[in-house]
Amino acid sequence: MLSKKQIAQRIASEIKDGQYIYLGIGIPSLVANYLPEQLQVVFQSENGLLGIGPYPEKDNMDPDLINASKETISMVKGSSLFDSAEAFAMIRGGHIDLSILGALEVSENGDISHWKISSGLIKGVGGALDLVASGAKLYIAMHHCHKDGTSKLLKHCKMPITGIKCVQKIFTDLGVFTILPEGGFKLCERAPGVSIEEIKAKTEGRLVVKGEIKEMELFDNE
Amino acid sequence: MINKTVKNGVEAVSDIENGAVLLVGGFGLCGIPEACINALLQTNLKGLTCISNNAGVDDFGVGLLIKQRMLRKLISSYVGENLEFEKQFTTGSLELELIPQGTLAERIRAGGAGIPAFYTPAGIGTHVADGKEVREFDGRLFLLERWIKADFSLIKAWKGDTAGNLIYKGTARNFNPLMASAGKITIAEVEELVPAGELDPNQIHTPGIYVQRIFQGDGYEKRIENKTVSK
Repeated sequence: MLSKKQIAQRIASEIKDGQYIYLGIGIPSLVANYLPEQLQVVFQSENGLLGIGPYPEKDNMDPDLINASKETISMVKGSSLFDSAEAFAMIRGGHIDLSILGALEVSENGDISHWKISSGLIKGVGGALDLVASGAKLYIAMHHCHKDGTSKLLKHCKMPITGIKCVQKIFTDLGVFTILPEGGFKLCERAPGVSIEEIKAKTEGRLVVKGEIKEMELFDNE
Repeated sequence: MINKTVKNGVEAVSDIENGAVLLVGGFGLCGIPEACINALLQTNLKGLTCISNNAGVDDFGVGLLIKQRMLRKLISSYVGENLEFEKQFTTGSLELELIPQGTLAERIRAGGAGIPAFYTPAGIGTHVADGKEVREFDGRLFLLERWIKADFSLIKAWKGDTAGNLIYKGTARNFNPLMASAGKITIAEVEELVPAGELDPNQIHTPGIYVQRIFQGDGYEKRIENKTVSK
């Protein structure tokens, strides 16, 4: 079973030179830590920045420079700043090459649910609905099961939907899956030491296993 | 050049009436109109509708307007962990409308640009689409969303001049320029106010035509919600 860091590491190896990328909060935000140094990519922040850099040093924290999680950040060389309408124009307009988001549930036809509900109250939708509807490549990073052990890879989402038929690939602590055009989670790789039987048992939606499923290779770029 | 200067926040918000619809700039606590919020807190206004991307925190930003029970309705994309908001929402005294963030931004932009409605892919197949017109373009489905306009826009910039031209800093720009254009009366507060002519016209983000009142705020706290540093 992979740790959060290892899930992020695995996704990092999918990223290609020259991509503009949106990273959601949680596991996706860790991906930036594991990119090979020679790779040139640009991270977008929906509150108006292309070119997110590392967290600043203590003396350089700027209240006027935050990411979408409201954390202080820095800018890399060649960054640009803009307003929120522009930020979402480049998202909806299909200019972002890859979005990596967390999710609460994914269905076998690629629907996603990310809403937080507590005591009957939905606290917000943020920018995820716009991101998943943009038609850009969407990867999901999440744990395979909820804390109570129930599967997050479902036949149908049970929680309110964020977007329909938008997910291409899912990276969990148990493996890597693509969504088949006709519906279903196609198992591509399994995490080291995880059996196909375990993945079957923990996947509620239709799981498709064809041929030999290799264990994934993890490169430590830390 | 027309002089838009007012003395301070208290003067700037003095004609806002009960039940007014306000656009309030900022993302989280970044780029929020602190002085205008403080000025509103000194009034007895009630029943306001506040349109702002977030709800601030319990003791800062829009959260202060909620705490003082000045709002009837909040329109946001994410309200987060605001206990006072939760309390008023649960008892039914505060209404909430959640809008996808990109749709919120574009609806405000449309309001300022005279576009009554537009089609967007965000929300197709979700409860956001309930009751809205859906139309197909080039094989994809889109939702019809309407413009947003307000009685007053309260916005914050870094520098401004007496003609109302504004320059923002960092990610404190966010919703501010859009809201500037969508308010019947737009009140801009800035950290530094200079005479018209001192800002480089090439560098202006918001042209003065959108701003009716401008003043230099003082004592900006600029609170940081999540302080994160590298090791």
